[in-house]
This record gives sequence, C-alpha cells and structure tokens, in this order.
Amino acid sequence: MNVTTPPKKLTDKDFASDQEIRWCPGCGDYGVLKALQRTLPEMGIPREKLVFVSGIGCSSRFPYYMNTYGFHTIHGRAPAIATGIKLANRDLDVWVISGDGDGLSIGGNHLLHVLRRNVDLNILLFNNEIYGLTKGQASPTSRPGTRSPSTPGGSIDYPVSAARFALGAGAHFVARSVDTLQPHLMEMFRRAHAHRGTSFVEIFQNCLVYNDGVFAHFTDREVADETQLRVRHGEPLLFGAAQDKGLRLKPGTLELEVVKVGEGGVGKADVMVHDETSPVLAMMLASLTPPAFPVALGVLYCHPGACYEDALAAQAGPKAADGPKANLNALLRRGATWTVQEGGRIADA
Amino acid sequence: MVSAIAAKAEVIAAPRREVESVVVRFAGDSGDGIQLTGSQFTMSTALVGNDLATFPDFPAEIRAPVGTTFGVSAFQINFGARRIMTPGDAPDLLIALNPAALKVNLDTVKPGGSVIIDTGTCTARNLRKAGFEGNPLEDGTLAPFKVTGIDISRHTEEALTSFGLSQKDMLRCKNMWALGLVYWMYGRSRQATIDWLNRKFAKRPEIAGANIAALNAGHAFGETAEMGGGLSGFTVGPATLDPGLYRTVSGSEALAWGLVAGAQLAGLKMVFSSYPITPASSILHALAPLREYGVTTFQAEDEIAAVCSAIGASYAGALGVTSSSGPGIALKTEAIGLAIGTELPLVVIDSQRAGPSTGMPTKTEQSDLHQAVFGRNADSPVAVIAARSPSDCFEVAIEAVRLATKYMTPVILLTDGFVANAAEPWRIPDVDTLPRMAVSFATETEDFRPTRRDPVTQAREWVLPGTPGMEHRIGGLERDFDTGNISYDPANHQKMTNLRIGKIAGIARDIPAQGVEAGNPRGRLAVVGWGSTYGPISRAVDNLREVGLDVSHIHLRHIWPLPANLGDLLAGFEHVLVPEMNAGQLITLLRSRYLIDAEGLNKVSGQPFKISEIEATVRARLEA
Repeated sequence: MNVTTPPKKLTDKDFASDQEIRWCPGCGDYGVLKALQRTLPEMGIPREKLVFVSGIGCSSRFPYYMNTYGFHTIHGRAPAIATGIKLANRDLDVWVISGDGDGLSIGGNHLLHVLRRNVDLNILLFNNEIYGLTKGQASPTSRPGTRSPSTPGGSIDYPVSAARFALGAGAHFVARSVDTLQPHLMEMFRRAHAHRGTSFVEIFQNCLVYNDGVFAHFTDREVADETQLRVRHGEPLLFGAAQDKGLRLKPGTLELEVVKVGEGGVGKADVMVHDETSPVLAMMLASLTPPAFPVALGVLYCHPGACYEDALAAQAGPKAADGPKANLNALLRRGATWTVQEGGRIADA
Repeated sequence: MVSAIAAKAEVIAAPRREVESVVVRFAGDSGDGIQLTGSQFTMSTALVGNDLATFPDFPAEIRAPVGTTFGVSAFQINFGARRIMTPGDAPDLLIALNPAALKVNLDTVKPGGSVIIDTGTCTARNLRKAGFEGNPLEDGTLAPFKVTGIDISRHTEEALTSFGLSQKDMLRCKNMWALGLVYWMYGRSRQATIDWLNRKFAKRPEIAGANIAALNAGHAFGETAEMGGGLSGFTVGPATLDPGLYRTVSGSEALAWGLVAGAQLAGLKMVFSSYPITPASSILHALAPLREYGVTTFQAEDEIAAVCSAIGASYAGALGVTSSSGPGIALKTEAIGLAIGTELPLVVIDSQRAGPSTGMPTKTEQSDLHQAVFGRNADSPVAVIAARSPSDCFEVAIEAVRLATKYMTPVILLTDGFVANAAEPWRIPDVDTLPRMAVSFATETEDFRPTRRDPVTQAREWVLPGTPGMEHRIGGLERDFDTGNISYDPANHQKMTNLRIGKIAGIARDIPAQGVEAGNPRGRLAVVGWGSTYGPISRAVDNLREVGLDVSHIHLRHIWPLPANLGDLLAGFEHVLVPEMNAGQLITLLRSRYLIDAEGLNKVSGQPFKISEIEATVRARLEA
C-alpha cells in the first residue's frame, strides 16, 4: 500500500534564503519582499518551480533573498532573459524584478516588447524615482526639477509614467501598489499571479537615502485616505475617509472630475464604476496625479488574451517541439540529390 | 569585336569542346533574378556530377534604381571535372543582362574570356546611366574579350507572345532565357529547373509556363544559332568525388542543420534567438520551419534581447543559440560576459561582414576574430571556432554545441558572408552514425552547491530550474568558488579568474592536434589560414606544390584555444604566411602566442582572395 505524505504547508520563512539582506535599513524593498514571501505559500507553487529574474539596481538584488531559483542578470535585460526561460520551459513560474531605471531606461525596449508579446510573467517594477545603487542620479520617473548629483540644476526632462507606458505597450494586466501597504500588495500579487500573460505591477517604493518621502504626499497615513483611490472592478470609484468623494466623467468632455457625493445633486449612482477591462478608463486612472486628483491604486487594467508561449505551442500543434521527434536524416535528403558511385559514376537519386 | 546573331539559323550540330573547369558569372539588375538564376544553374551543374563552388555577390539595396551600377547583382560559379576549391579567380564567361552589369563586372573577366550582353538593354540612356561614355559595343572597350551581343529582351518577348503578359512581366522572364542558353552551352538538362518552376509557381501556372517557355527558347536559340565569339557548346565531365549521396548546400543551410544535429546529439531542445541582420538572417530563415526537429526560433526585439533570451533558454535547460554579424555581436557583448560569469552554455554565430560600423553588409570579411577572442570587458575567455566552407559549417556547428555544453561556456562560431551565401556539393552525412554527446543535468541533491564542477573539464554542473532541492541563485556578480554566494573576496576573484581562463585553455586537450592540409609537416613555408580562405589557399598551395615548391597548408578550425601542438608545428617552417581578409588579426595572435616572425597577406576589399594573389605572395617569399 502506498502511503502518501501530504506536502508540507510552506510558510513565508520557507521562501527566505540564507543570505543576509543588504538593502539599507528602512528601505521600502523590505516590505515588498515580505509581502511576496507571505503571499507565495497561499499560491501553492512548489519552490522549485519559481524563478526570480532581475536586472541591475537595488531591487534587482531581490532574487538572492528568495529561497527559489533565481537569476540576477544584467542591466535592463531581465524581461529578455525571462522570455528565454519561458521559451525553454513554460511550466516555470517566472517573476521579473525591476526598477524605474532598469525597466524604463536601459531596459525600456525589452519591457515594451515583453508586454506586447504577453509572455506569461509577473513583472514587479519598484519605482522610487531615483537611481539608488549608483548613488542618487535622477531616473526616467523623476519629476521635473529633481536635484541630484547628475542634475544639480534640477532635472529638465519629462518623466515617464510606468503604468501609462505599460498600457501603451499593450499590457494585458496593469496594477499599482505601495511598498508600505502589505495587504494591498499581497492582493496585487495574487491577482498578478492569477493572470495568465504578462502581469505588470508598479510599486511606489520609498528610497530612504536618496529620495526619501517622494511619495509622502499620497502615502503618509495622514493624507492617504484623501489622496489614494483604491480601484476595484465593478465598484464605484470612491475615495476619502468617508468614501464620499468620487470620480465621474466631466459632462461634455473626455476628462475625469472629482465630485462630492451628496453635494450639488451628485448621488452615488453618478460616480463612475471601475471596469478593469476598459483600456480607456485604465489610461485615465493611470494619469491621475495629486493634488487635483488622487493616485489610483489597484488593478487598473486586466483584459486577458492569449499568452506568447500558448500561441507558440498552438502554432507548433501536435508536432510541438517538446523533444526532437522528426528525422533529421530525412530533412537533409529532401530536394535534389545525386549519388556518386565507386569510380565516380553519377546516378540520380 | 561584336558578332550580331540572327535569330533564325539552321540547326548546327557543332561538336562540343571538352574543358576541365569553367567559371561563369551571371550579372544583371537586382530585380533581374540573378541569384535565382545562379542557384538553378548550381543545382543542374551539381546533378551532372561536377564539383563546384559559388559566390553570390549582391548589393545591400533590395531594388536599387533600375540600370544603375550600385543595383548590380552577380552570381559566380566555378565548376569542373576536378576538385573545385573556389568560385574562381576570373570568369571565362560573363552574362551581362544590362550595361550596368557589364560596367561593374567587365574587369573581373579573364582576358580573352567571353561576354554575352543583352543588346536590347544597350540604349543610349542605359549606357549613360551605367557610366559608359560611348557605346562599348562599338568603341573598342570590349576588344580584349570575345563578345556576343544578343537581344535577349526581344527574344524573350517573342517567345512569350501567346501568354498575354505585360511587357514588364515578360521581361521578368529574361533571366530564364539566359539560363536556357547557358544550359545549352554546357549541355545541362532543363528538367530540374522546369520542376522547380512548376513547384514555385504552382498557384500561378501562367507564370510558370512563361518562365519555362523562356528557358526553352534560350536553349533552342543555342541549338539553332551559330554563335560567334567562341560560344559553342562545351562538355565538362563529372569530377571524382568520394562515393556517397550528395546535395548542394549553402553555408547557412549547413550551419542551421548542424545546429539541429548538435542539439539532437546532445539530447536538447534548441532555442534560436536572433534579430534580422545581413548576412546572418538566412540561418534564422532556415531554422524557423523546423519546429518538429526540436527547434524554437525567436525573433527578438534587438540583438541584446536575442542573446539574453538564448541565455535564459540555456539557463532553463535548452540549447540557447544566437546569431548575428559583427555589429550585432558588439551589442551582445555584455550578455556574453554574463554567460561566462554564470557558466551557461551558449552558441554565438558571427557571420562576419566588412566593417567597421555598418560597413558593407553584403560584402565578406574576416575582421571579427579579435572581437570574438578578446572583445569583452575584463578577462573573459570563450571558445572560438571557425568554419572554412559551406559544408564545413555542419561539422563546426556540431563542434560548437559539443564545446558549449561540455564546458558550460559561450562558444563563438565565426563564419562570413562568403561562406554563408556560397554553395557547394555536400556528401550528406548519416546523422545516426555521428557520436552522441548526451548532456546530463545535475540531480544529486546531497551537498548541492551551484558551483559543483566536473573535476576534468572544470565545467559547472547544469542545474535545471524545476529540480526539487536544488534551488539556488546565480548572477553576474562574482561568486564564491565554494558556495556560489556573492563574494568580493580578493583571493576568490583571483581564483575564479584563473578558473575561467583555465577552463577554456583546457579545451586544447580536447581537440585534435593540428595537422597540415597539404605538404610536409615541416619545411620552407607554411601558409596558415582560418575560415573561408580555405579554398584559395588550398588551391594555391596545390598548384605551387605541383611545380615543386616546398609549401604547406595549415588551416585552423579552433581559434581559441589554439591547438596544443600549433607552436611546435609552426616552428618547423622557415616562413609562416598568414593570409586573412582583415588587417592582420590571426597573425597578431600567432606572433604574441608563439613569438614567431609570421608575415601577413591582408585583403579587405569585400571580395575573397584570388588563388593567384596567394600564389604570387608565396613565390615572392620563397624567391626572396
């Protein structure tokens, strides 16, 4: 009789490697690491099936701290390497860890293409609006006027919005969260993992050393209620401590406006309901910035489509290249051939 | 002298002259289908048992303005009843389908050689566009050659009147008319080309029919016309090739199939990632339809993504292969360093072309040897090997897979535009009899470390993600020799650097001792070559040896590490001559490695060496 031992229930500690964490004390990265280590046991993925792939930067040290397979690669290239991993073995559960410099500057091209191909990956982009590991230069998400060693007079280039970039690239799943919001982060990880295709999660992450407080205007506890909009599919876009502020389309325009429920004849029914399958609404939500608007957090967009590996396998059909099956000798002999016999005589094959 | 040909003439059963070998060059506008014409002639020539070598020589422009010299495309073939080593120094026959083709290619024709020109295109406007001041048919420009002017355009139109095609479409068949004529000249059967046309235009039978009619008309013209200029029929007997089953193969095809064979012999799936670039794209095209042979091809967003996805595939247990040309290899450099640092197998194919920068994309050169051997940051050795001919690409591709998987290292395989595009007869190997080189993945979880090595090769174990109990992290940061964890320890970095160098150097124990291709293993002069200079060097050395000169030919497949006995071998010669299509790259390696006074013969014209160029240099050295 076979006795089967039920698999041991894993905990967050099972996903922590034996390596000492080398992020600065108080770095927002700790919260993200913790949230993921707490979420993974619920997902029931065997540790050996998980692969964390990263580029270069503070956040890219992430794989070293996960007791799973991990590949710390080169600057900006993690999406390309992760794509190769999925081309070789689509059963692996692959997560890409990147930052604003890694993903949107040096690796912008790879991020664009991995999103449009919809490879089944989970991409976590830690956005701290600064280059941390290289000691504090302005990044492509830094706001205009950011003073840094490389921009002593303040940065003069316009920043890129990570979420809007992802939507523009054709991402099928775009979500946003904050390093300090444990339950919310965990919920985003669950949703990202459940989505088959590229799941893109932007995490606003505080760099204590080079850009401390850059998101404080919407992450500080005192202002969070009034400046964060937690979007949920099918629910009205309400925010504020009393959930009495909402968004609606400004009549006669294609713009959102903030309204107060109960004032000026506005009822709850007038507030727009979140539809995460709408690319237009997702782009509008991703574009909201304080102080006029709250920052939209949550799943801004989720509209599943065929992922790259599935399309590849479907195209290969039953002859799928899971192992070399066809006879190479036959291939080499296809087309015009001839035989040279002993003595050099030719015979058509 | 030009002898105009009357269209109708009585059938003349002129006796065919027997010749040992012939060089024919087809040339015309990019839109004239010259490369197709050449490959059809190649196939028909192979089928009668001639040995042959081809040289497609085409511009980077897809359809340059009609009639311009920069839009001229050419295809040269050397075929014969003896072993053919090169596409030939100088054509015996040039078929020029317009004045620009005549202008560009006339200099290459052997003095006294034959030229066929389509007089239908020799209008004053076209002659001017091609850069002729007068009419070369009349002003003596063509005096050194035997010239036959034929209005191929008109003959083609006349042959196709019943097909209801536009004039433009009719003229698109004139390459087949010219091919038919050349088929007649060399006694070739038209059947293989007729079959091919019927297949190619299966959905447009009227186009197939028109092309076949043009082919037949050109052939009939040869049969019925008394052509001047020595254009009678020739016979070229079959060459004595080793018995076996043959086909023609281009370097790109042989390379693609060699990779498939290598992956199958290693028991691996292949992921081939590439970004379009001349002249490497043909390898991607050859592999893309081969899904059922265990091949996944991936057209990446750029060169960097191509190499990175190949590395990712290798990490996950497939054979990762990427392919490009020099400028693309430059972009891949950082990632190749990652594969070195993480000790993952990777095959990198460099189809070299003339540079620097974009250079001359369709013209050949061997100038990436230093890039392959040295072109990375830090001390980062890889294995480098080179293919000498189209058919050699098959074996060299298998060798690249063997070294990459056995030593867990990137291997750079150097080929070039000439080898990639050229074709030759190939005795088809029986893949089932090739030695297997099965790869094993780590399974021993006891005392597992990601740095566990094979004690002989020093290769790191290949651990597949998905294997329980072996979860680990690797990356581009320096790792501890024992644990594989990140390490900035000074002594460890020294040890790891030595390990990486020693591992690649150790490959020298695993490759055959260097021999001589021809000549004595010691003597007055050795010609040392690598890659596609094989053909001209080999013929030049044979010719010189036939007249009694003491010359040997050494040809390297393994560029890095060099074969263990090479220093001793070279020391046995008074002179070492190194012909290269670069400004002197292998020679620098040989001089620094062996402290020998080797001399270079360097050519960077975008054209392969001529046999005569090598012969002349060797003679000068020996007579000095």
